[in-house]
Amino acid sequence: MLDLAHDEPTPKVYAGLTGDWEVVIGMEVHAQIASKAKLFSGASTEFGRGPNENVSLVDAAMPGMLPVINRFCVEQAVRAGLGLKAKINLRSVFDRKNYFYPDLPQGYQISQFKHPIVGEGEVLVDMAPGVARRVRVERIHMEQDAGKSIHDLDPALSFVDLNRTGVALMEIVSRPDIRGPEEAAEYVRKLRQILRYLGACDGNMQEGSLRADVNVSVCKPGDYERFRETGDFGVLGTRCEIKNMNSMRFIQAAVDFEARRQIAILEDGGKVDQETRLYDPGKGETRSMRSKEEAHDYRYFPDPDLLPLVIEQAWVDAIEASLPELPDDKKARLIAQYGVTEYDAGVLCADRAAADFYETVAHGRDGKQAANWVINELFGRLNKQGLDIGDSPMSAAQLGGMLDLLANGDISGKIAKELFEILWSEGGDPAEIVAARGMRQVTDAGAIEAAVAQVIAENPEKAEQAKAKPSLSGWFVGQVMKATGGKANPQAVQALVKAGLGIDE
Amino acid sequence: MTALNALTIAEARDGLRRGDFSAREITDACITAIDAADALNAFVTKTPEKALAMADAADARLKAGDAPAMCGVPVGIKDLFCTEGVRAQAASDILRGFKPPYESTVTRRLWDDGAVMLGKLNMDEFAMGSSNETSAYGPVASPWRRRGDNRPLTPGGSSGGSAAAVSADLCLAATGTDTGGSIRQPAAFTGIVGLKPTYGRCSRWGVVAFASSLDQAGPMTKTVRDAAIMLQAIAGEDAKDSTSAPIPVPDFEAALTGDVRGRRIGVPKEYRLDGMPAEIEALWAKGRAMLADAGAEIVDISLPHTKYALPAYYIIAPAEASSNLARYDGVRYGLRAELQPGDDMTDLYERSRAEGFGAEVKRRVMIGAYVLSAGYYDAYYLRAQKVRTLIRRDFEQAFDAGVDAILTPATPSAAFALGEVGGDDPVAMYLNDVFTVTVNLAGLPAISVPAGMNEAGLPLGLQLIGQPWGEAALLNDACALENAAGARPRPGAWW
Amino acid sequence: MAVDKATVRRVAHLARIRVDEDHLAPMAQELSRILAFAEQLAEVNVDGVEPMTSVTPMALRMREDVVTEGDARDAVLANAPLTRGGFFAVPKVVE
Repeated sequence: MLDLAHDEPTPKVYAGLTGDWEVVIGMEVHAQIASKAKLFSGASTEFGRGPNENVSLVDAAMPGMLPVINRFCVEQAVRAGLGLKAKINLRSVFDRKNYFYPDLPQGYQISQFKHPIVGEGEVLVDMAPGVARRVRVERIHMEQDAGKSIHDLDPALSFVDLNRTGVALMEIVSRPDIRGPEEAAEYVRKLRQILRYLGACDGNMQEGSLRADVNVSVCKPGDYERFRETGDFGVLGTRCEIKNMNSMRFIQAAVDFEARRQIAILEDGGKVDQETRLYDPGKGETRSMRSKEEAHDYRYFPDPDLLPLVIEQAWVDAIEASLPELPDDKKARLIAQYGVTEYDAGVLCADRAAADFYETVAHGRDGKQAANWVINELFGRLNKQGLDIGDSPMSAAQLGGMLDLLANGDISGKIAKELFEILWSEGGDPAEIVAARGMRQVTDAGAIEAAVAQVIAENPEKAEQAKAKPSLSGWFVGQVMKATGGKANPQAVQALVKAGLGIDE
Repeated sequence: MTALNALTIAEARDGLRRGDFSAREITDACITAIDAADALNAFVTKTPEKALAMADAADARLKAGDAPAMCGVPVGIKDLFCTEGVRAQAASDILRGFKPPYESTVTRRLWDDGAVMLGKLNMDEFAMGSSNETSAYGPVASPWRRRGDNRPLTPGGSSGGSAAAVSADLCLAATGTDTGGSIRQPAAFTGIVGLKPTYGRCSRWGVVAFASSLDQAGPMTKTVRDAAIMLQAIAGEDAKDSTSAPIPVPDFEAALTGDVRGRRIGVPKEYRLDGMPAEIEALWAKGRAMLADAGAEIVDISLPHTKYALPAYYIIAPAEASSNLARYDGVRYGLRAELQPGDDMTDLYERSRAEGFGAEVKRRVMIGAYVLSAGYYDAYYLRAQKVRTLIRRDFEQAFDAGVDAILTPATPSAAFALGEVGGDDPVAMYLNDVFTVTVNLAGLPAISVPAGMNEAGLPLGLQLIGQPWGEAALLNDACALENAAGARPRPGAWW
Repeated sequence: MAVDKATVRRVAHLARIRVDEDHLAPMAQELSRILAFAEQLAEVNVDGVEPMTSVTPMALRMREDVVTEGDARDAVLANAPLTRGGFFAVPKVVE
């Protein structure tokens, strides 16, 4: 396996009035496990149902109802742990986190507090070719999602929908190793990418399948290094937690705003309050969540309705053996195997299906050329139309067939673009289309010579000029191409035009 | 012939199969007895129409020759069990009017076997109490009275309604639940048999939770044989309860040979309390003699951490309860307090729970919240769970040393009068559980068997504690005790 | 440990049970009594003792990832004190 060498990015520096500042970021990412049923009940996790339609008696915390854990969810947590090269704890314990809230029917959330299923791991966050941040993951634990309270449907009432209640989440807790707003966004992007590769989470941020709580503090240059040496959080600034972020763009903007806000307070001689904040995308600001200010005392204790979760190493091994190739490995392999650039490899690996598509196209062909076509033409077109690779109207086999025609000299690059359009909008077999529509490029020197001779004969004045100034021969090439319907091989035309005009190479 | 409502399960089963009487006839007799016993306040919800329909269905099954042992047997159900479409309030105002859209596994199994539901039985609120005085329905009066004394007595708690109903022959048997003695103590107070199975033997699904790691449902019956028959019906693994054990259920009734020769019965010295009434001491001695006479070997044993069981219990049970009862919040079911304009969610919670919970429940929920709260968890909850490990270890060591079962008194006294114990000292009432809580902490099976009467004419019970999953052997030990003690004590009907 | 009125107030709020001001003192006394009773546990040597997490030594049962419940909105709402359009309704919560 190849490991790409990389340098650590420099932390983002904010120039303040009293000198430079740095930002320190840690994240808790809540990823919905891609299960059909909930973590402790048999109700569906389907998105978009009517209020309270995906609610079992267990989810509604009816008296006497009991939780029974979903094996698939445990497996996905283990997969995620293995995907983050983390330690899998064969014994973990579910605790109750006790608090009252209308969308928390049990009056407690079942979570893993002291003994999570996954211990320390890491995420390599790519910032640029050759530049990446290694962010340590402290733990991953499983927990239940809460329901949803809706506050704007009635002037006096809040409405409670328990469809999300009990949906399985993995909470992935990072160490405070992220050092800038862009890194924060990229961390989430990379985490999402890995989870999607694993199939553990669909990563749909609009539907709330992936949300991040972002802890932000600021410090002076050098403080963070001291923290890393000593592990003493005291040398870092007071942190604020920005809750429930569901877009990379907002995360980046929120961190940036929050860092500047804290710096302004500190430079003003003030003190940052440790608090929970919400990001308002409309205003581009974070604001304090007053209702959460009350000091919490969650009274964690092991859930007596559940036994400790003990899993077998053999099961973990089997899960590990079934893991797909993960983005970092895939990227390194594409570079080595197909000779693509790190940048291109990164683009191709953003999504497992896209990388698979690319590899099908590149197989047995020129990898760089395949990458150009897949990235520039295909991805470009997909993006423009807001389509996923899975929705592509053009298959890898079609694109590959087109590249074969190009490589064989059957079509020119220009014709290839036309063919791409046809394949995109009409479909069909590339070779058959080329044959049926007479798109094959003309390489028969005799036919081209005839066309060249004709154009020169028809334009004697221009021919004289071009003989004197060879750079004008391009006009003849254009005319010949036009006369042959674009099917003439451009290199051949160029050579024959020069020969016809008597220009030396 | 015995009145039909006074039959045991075994007698009813045999008579029904022979065709001596019908399930409808037994059910009619029970309904009549229940209606005549309102003074006991044992039944809080009566379901006579349902009962008769179920009885007719049972008669049809009997006729068809498809009749499990419980088929056609009318039973009462503790209000803690959720029963589909029939009020289940855990004797609490906070569940006022709650009709579960589901049936608990234990009651489902009874109905599947053809048993007949007579209604729901009174209990201490959320099973928190030892005298049935914390019920939102008011206390149950025991069918027993002291000789020459008309003061109402407690039937014990928390399964007080179940105990009173079985003792007074209002039903053939009843379900109970036992978190710290709530089956065994009222059984002892009313002269019936009460069995708390091994933790995990009976499903907790659909039983309103008090303390999840301690709660177990079990039978409350007139005889040991009936306990075996009823346990057979309700026991077994349930995929809906993560703590129900995947352990096969043996034929409990087949184990009842009454032969206990060679059994080693341990007598723990730590259960000899200072100031224990002489009648309890005498009863215990009598129990030892009865088992020895039957051929068992009586050995002195030590369970050194016994003394700490009660304090550990009164940390662990309230801690779990404080969390289990958080769901009673006035949002999805049960009582919601009248709110004033401007009241918010906190007011809704605090008012609903203040109005809906009784004093004892509030006390325990608050104690539970306290011992789990930041800064106190280690000193109270964590320490109590460590002590619990030690208590279980005591029992394991005794069993490892060759003891088959352990004999103790079931209660530190005979039944007391309503209002006599507790008052402003909650701990005085807690002391009632002193002999029973150890078993819940260790997850063991135990049975209370009527073994004698005191001078005032009140029944007294002995407790036998068995090995984990050893209910069959335990029932047989109890059978020997029952055989020696003679016919079951019956209260004179004053109601 | 003796519990004072402030502690009762704090714990009552944690448990979301309203306790009237004049009930704080008697409640403090009752809770103190119970806790004093529990103090006995301090006598026990628990060094190296694992806290009990499950009384039955068995593996946690797992179920398969199959939808078996739900689609029961009416049953779920049937006992609710107040509903609106398929939702549970509560006094407005300010976030």
